[in-house]
Amino acid sequence: MTYSQPQPQQNGAASVVELAKDERIKEMPAWRKALIRPELGAICGTIIVFAFFLVVARSTGMFAPQGILNWGVVSAQFAIIAVGACLLMIAGEFDLSVGSMIGFAGIVIALMSVTWGYPVWLAIIVAFAIALAVGALNGYLVIKTGLPSFIVTLAFLYVLRGLTIYGAIATTRQTIIGGVAEVAQGDPLAWLFGGKILGFLFVWLADIGLIGKFVAGPKAGQPVIDGIPMLIIWALALIAFAHVLLTRTRFGNWIFASGGDAQAARYVGVPVNRVKILMFMFSAFCATVFATCQVMEFGSAAADRGLLKEFEAIISVVIGGALLTGGYGSVIGAALGALIFGVVQQGLFFAGVESSLFRVFLGVILLMAVILNTYIRRMITGER
Amino acid sequence: MTKPLIELIDIEKHFGPVIALAGVSVSVLPGECHCLLGDNGAGKSTFIKTMSGVHKPTRGRILIDGQEVAFSSPRDAMAAGVATVYQDLAMIPLMSVARNFWMGREPIRKFGPIKLFDFERANAITMEEMAKMGIRLRSPDQAVGTLSGGERQTVAIARAVYFGAKVLILDEPTSALGVRQTANVLATIDKVRKNGIGIVFITHNVRHAMAVGDRFTVLNRGRTLGTAKRGEIKAEELQDMMAGGQELAALEGSLGGTV
Repeated sequence: MTYSQPQPQQNGAASVVELAKDERIKEMPAWRKALIRPELGAICGTIIVFAFFLVVARSTGMFAPQGILNWGVVSAQFAIIAVGACLLMIAGEFDLSVGSMIGFAGIVIALMSVTWGYPVWLAIIVAFAIALAVGALNGYLVIKTGLPSFIVTLAFLYVLRGLTIYGAIATTRQTIIGGVAEVAQGDPLAWLFGGKILGFLFVWLADIGLIGKFVAGPKAGQPVIDGIPMLIIWALALIAFAHVLLTRTRFGNWIFASGGDAQAARYVGVPVNRVKILMFMFSAFCATVFATCQVMEFGSAAADRGLLKEFEAIISVVIGGALLTGGYGSVIGAALGALIFGVVQQGLFFAGVESSLFRVFLGVILLMAVILNTYIRRMITGER
Repeated sequence: MTKPLIELIDIEKHFGPVIALAGVSVSVLPGECHCLLGDNGAGKSTFIKTMSGVHKPTRGRILIDGQEVAFSSPRDAMAAGVATVYQDLAMIPLMSVARNFWMGREPIRKFGPIKLFDFERANAITMEEMAKMGIRLRSPDQAVGTLSGGERQTVAIARAVYFGAKVLILDEPTSALGVRQTANVLATIDKVRKNGIGIVFITHNVRHAMAVGDRFTVLNRGRTLGTAKRGEIKAEELQDMMAGGQELAALEGSLGGTV
């Protein structure tokens, strides 16, 4: 096989030289490089929100230890469900049944432990098992039918909420089941969700005068904060786990690939179906963590808990820079989105602003985040 | 003459009453670029999908290194060393070059029970393989979306080669590209061929085929119209065979010989 083929080789050689320095590709300024990361909007938003409330609500005790704990807990609640929604959205799917799952899991725990008298730890395990099964079913239906996850999980939004209310009324004739706190006394698993840790640290901080003590009432002499709620620990642990999973592991690469282009991913051997179903299960797991913490904190479960939580989770994720179309996003961003949420919701309360304005804020910030994300995506993919 | 890497003999493929392929025979030798030409609807896509394990042939035999094989999935074909680079399904634009390159085969580093993506190794190898193909990346973290169409094809080709492809099927790699990007892809094909890999280059552009092809097979209406070696056939003849003869000659006359 001897032949000469001057043309492509010449072209090839010439193009290699030109590739070495293409005059039309400008050196990218550092600020622009920094902009091309999903968390940027959320980082800016966090700074703005904190700056705003430091000015407006400083004198209200919002940044005193109790105030910090107040918005910290609310932010952690948002973060727990946002982490699940984040990985799922990056894998290219939605879960609108998160809010209903929260109500459902709560009622399962309360029904089993209070009404039927099973141990609380067993009730919690059963709630998690049912939630994971429903998550898997969500995923399985989405994969098998090829329907948008929006529709499939919307169906479960109604199915689960309906079952929750029916289950509560049919067994106890009311939609709120109380008395969980009493049966949860000394339960090992209940403490994991409703307990507090590092209490001694706050006693010490109070002793050296860094935080205040109660001066009157039954708790007189105790520090104003008696520990860090396990809810916050769960939020931090889930954020760390999901962040490492997404950015540092093989499975994380598969999550990005499944959401970026499922067909291209399948073609190179990524088990797209498994990835998506597992992410639906993770989303349901996060919702159940939320539900369990809430039940242990309030000592009761109510059939209407978790209303609209699915949208708040999705908004946190979008503020965090994830694309609604999948394949791009960040757990850290979603966590910051949840922090913005918590700080603003509680901050408006501290500042004495009418709380319904919170929803106005949500709508506006959602719109801004989506516009910014679209712009960032164009910069990455070079679309015009 | 060296032994063919892959041989497809009298492949037929029927979809219900439609006969998409009615007896196509093609072989690919090590280090050759075998161009598969044909107009739209000639059966090129069906044929390469049969070759890459997406479709099962209704009749006919596939031999790899002289052994008869039956692929039941694209994974089987890939395991046998037959890799396909599809025109638009190759890369995920939002992901980095390194993440795309290793997608599905990510290298792992163990920290006790925890297995992490070994980015250090993945990045180094990605940069090295890209440099071999003449693509200078700013960094392996660069999103594939920032690359040109030709560069994306090249990344996909480099990936297939790195992961052990012996036969590389390129599905119209140049059809959506500009002049210079086309030249880059053709140069890449030439580099890959020199490593002894057999290439099946699907195109309907005769000039692109003539630039790198060693042998040319023309498909028309599901049949092979014959295989010619380089030098045995002129571009005009290939063009006429693809179009099915006279009509184009007449058309060409009216267009002043520009097609």
